[in-house]
Amino acid sequence: MTEIKIRNVSKIFGGNWKSALAMTQQGADKGEILAKTGCSVGLDNVSLDIAGGRIFVIMGLSGSGKSTLVRHINRLIEPTSGEILVDGSNVLDLKPKDLRDFRNRRVSMVFQNFGLMPHRTVLQNVVYGQRVRGLTKDDAKPIGMKWIETVGLAGYENKLPHQLSGGMKQRVGLARALAADTDVILMDEAFSALDPLIRADMQDQLLQLEKNLHKTIVFITHDLDEALRIGAQIAILKDGKLVQVGTPSEILNSPANDYVARFVQRRAGAGESQHA
Amino acid sequence: MFPEAFHISIRGPINDFVQSLVVNYGFVFKAISQTLLQAILFVEWILRGLPWWAVFIIFLALAWFASKKIALVVTVAVMLFAVGALGLWDLTMQTLALMLIASLISVAIGVPMGIWLAKSELMRRITLPVLDVMQTMPSFVYLIPAIMLFGLGKVPAVLATIIYAVPPLIRLTDLGIRQVDSEVVEAATAFGGSPPQILFGVELPLATPTIMAGLNQTIMMALSMVVVASMIGARGLGEQVLNGIQTLDVGKGLEAGLGIVILAIVLDRITQGFGQMSRKERGND
Repeated sequence: MTEIKIRNVSKIFGGNWKSALAMTQQGADKGEILAKTGCSVGLDNVSLDIAGGRIFVIMGLSGSGKSTLVRHINRLIEPTSGEILVDGSNVLDLKPKDLRDFRNRRVSMVFQNFGLMPHRTVLQNVVYGQRVRGLTKDDAKPIGMKWIETVGLAGYENKLPHQLSGGMKQRVGLARALAADTDVILMDEAFSALDPLIRADMQDQLLQLEKNLHKTIVFITHDLDEALRIGAQIAILKDGKLVQVGTPSEILNSPANDYVARFVQRRAGAGESQHA
Repeated sequence: MFPEAFHISIRGPINDFVQSLVVNYGFVFKAISQTLLQAILFVEWILRGLPWWAVFIIFLALAWFASKKIALVVTVAVMLFAVGALGLWDLTMQTLALMLIASLISVAIGVPMGIWLAKSELMRRITLPVLDVMQTMPSFVYLIPAIMLFGLGKVPAVLATIIYAVPPLIRLTDLGIRQVDSEVVEAATAFGGSPPQILFGVELPLATPTIMAGLNQTIMMALSMVVVASMIGARGLGEQVLNGIQTLDVGKGLEAGLGIVILAIVLDRITQGFGQMSRKERGND
């Protein structure tokens, strides 16, 4: 089971990042830095310990930096400063070839808008990771078929993505991540584009997978209900800063500040109205 | 009058430069010229050597594979028949050979250039204005040095055609690759795809419809150079048009002109068909 440690990671977008980084260290806020340096702050000194074998949820509104943060784990985005340790070794030290190997064998990813290759069939999409690894079509096929069945898409393996509904597309995305057989799966708003019923199904499926496969799953969402339902731990981001980390009950019972409290209250309100 | 004091002339240096190229590196250009000529002659030998019905079969098969529409196959058959009936068959094959070679070299230059432009912002900034110049500079301006370096005949004709016809292919290859959904490329990257794997497995296949549109444009522009090319000694339909003008034989000129138009329509429909086919394969996403 793979642990991920994020240490003091900051990410500044823009050319004048040095002075912007210095300003974040002096505690300047996002708007002030944008006005003075023209740089936007993606992440501001974020540190997180992500335990192995559980679902870790990163929550925040859009623009809070949660998608940026998760892309640091497989270095789709390079941090401006800080380090990312996966099982103790620093991801930032990897050379290009080792980085490709790391992405291929250690970390897979599910995307909000699926990121499926429109010119490849469901099966070809699902085995992409295995094919990159160098497996032949014939060797990869049984692996692909196994995961297509697991996510409930048996019979659709030769369809093209545009022939599937949104929920089915995301099952393909999930099967692709699972077929890559990595210890870590990053899920970037993976269920946000799905309608509520399918979404609940997919959440159940994910919890099932957590139980059976012991993978480390980093799950991004802007939806508190989803976070509380599937997260073993929840981290809340606001404007690139980490606001609170804790178990669902800690978040619900002792919110760290008003921002978190407002999230939780709105949920309590929603709960009451359901019973009215 | 513009003040004489500001007068600069680049004429002398340019002339000296081309002259010294001819004198010092003539053998290099001669070697290129010979190789290219052999290739052109080879394609021409095949096309002119094939019986007319074999060429018919090839074109009708291409039309069928490109469109799966019987109407297009029939249209192409009628048009090719018209070319033969007008007595232009041999000339059309000569022109077609020139087109094929020019298009082939355009693809060999245009697609890699387009990929490079899509990958490098600096390269784009340098190349795009050069492409504008290539498309707007009157072709006679570069025909003269082409003749000096490569002699009269088919070789400078092909080179001039390429200069005029390759820009749309470069532009549309660049556009096609940059238009590929960035999340798909990100996904391929996230699963450990190497740059060549992503280029050949994701970007180029998804850019194919746009690249095919570029190829179509390139072929059309190459055909519009046929008459100019014949002025420096390329045979074929263009020469016939030129002949018609010189002898005030309007009918002869029009016949050959129709031959060029027919060739253009046939090649246009077939390449468009292939472009649409690759679009359908991925379901308009």
